[in-house]
Amino acid sequence: MSRRTETLLWMAQRASAAVLALCVLVHLATIIYAVQGGLTGAEILARTRGNTAWFAFYAVFVLAVAVHAPIGLRVVLAEWFGWRGRARDFALIAFAVVLAGMGFQAVRGVYA
Amino acid sequence: MSATLQVRVWRGGARGAYREYEVPRRESQTVLDVVTHIQRAIDPTLAYRYACRVGMCGSCAMTVNGAPRWTCRTHVDKVARDGRLAIAPLRNLPVIRDLVADMREFFDKWARAQGQFKGARTRADDFERISPDSEARRRADAAIECIGCGVCYAACDVVAANPGYLGPAALNRAWTLVNDARDTAQGARLRAVAGDRASLACHTHMSCTERCPKALSPTAGIAGLKRAISRAALQGKL
Repeated sequence: MSRRTETLLWMAQRASAAVLALCVLVHLATIIYAVQGGLTGAEILARTRGNTAWFAFYAVFVLAVAVHAPIGLRVVLAEWFGWRGRARDFALIAFAVVLAGMGFQAVRGVYA
Repeated sequence: MSATLQVRVWRGGARGAYREYEVPRRESQTVLDVVTHIQRAIDPTLAYRYACRVGMCGSCAMTVNGAPRWTCRTHVDKVARDGRLAIAPLRNLPVIRDLVADMREFFDKWARAQGQFKGARTRADDFERISPDSEARRRADAAIECIGCGVCYAACDVVAANPGYLGPAALNRAWTLVNDARDTAQGARLRAVAGDRASLACHTHMSCTERCPKALSPTAGIAGLKRAISRAALQGKL
C-alpha cells in the first residue's frame, strides 16, 4: 500500500472519529430522552418511520462506523498479531462491508 | 541512608539474567557511579558504555528500575527503592552484552527518516537570513537539542509493538528539518516520515516526552509531521 493511501486512511479514521463523537452524543441523548418519556417500541417506530432526518442521521452514523472500525482494527492486527499485508486489508474491506450491511439493515428497520 | 545498595545488573545477551551485587552507598551517588564501582571493584568483565559523565554525550542511557534514564544524571536517591536498584540495557534495542545495547538500528532510522540536512548553497554563497522570531525557526528550536541518547526510543511502546516504526528521536530530527527554510529535500522527507511505520503509527502515548532527559517533546514534533503529511497527501504531493 502506498504511503499516500496509508495517509488518506489515517485521515479518514480521524475524520470519522470526529463524526462519531457527535453521532454517539446525539444517539445517547436520544435514548435517555426516549426512555424518560416512557416511549414504547411501537411509539418510537411511529416517530422514526418515514422520517428522512433520522434516516440521514443514522446513515451517516453507520457509514462513519464502517470507515472508522476497520482502519483502527488494521493497526490492532498489525501491532498485536503481526498481521500485515494485502490479505489483512482485503479481510478488513470485507469487515467494513459487513458492518455497513448490518448497520443499514438496522437503519432500514426503523425507517421503512 | 543504608550503608549498602543491593543492585541487580543484567548480565549476558538477550538471554542473560540479572546478577546481584552489593555496592557501598555514598552521598550524591549516581547510577553511573554504581555501575562503575561494580566494574572497577567487583567484576571487571561487566560491559557498559559511557563517555562524558555530565549529560552531554548521551551514551550512558540504561533501564533503571524499569524506566530508561541517563545513568550519569540519575541520583540513586531518586530511584532506589528500599536500597534496591535494577539496571538493564535500553529496551527495544538488541543487547550486545550486559548493559550495552546495539544502537545501529536506532541511528539507521534517523537516516531512513531523511535526518540529513540537504542544502543548495555552497561556501561561496552568503548566509541564508532566518529570523530567530520566525514561527518555523521557533518550532525547530524547540526540538533541536536532541543528543541521540535513545531514551525516548526505549520508552516508546509503539516501537515495542511495531519494530519497523522509526521512533520518536528520528521523527523529532525530521521535524527540525521540515522547519528548516534552507533544506531542499522536503518532499522526500515527508514521504519518508509518512505511513504505517513512521509518524502516522504514533499513538500519542507521550512516553518519549515524559522520559526525554532534555525535556523535549517528540510527540509535539510528530503531531506537526502528521499535519504536514496530511496537507501533502491532500495536495497530491506525497
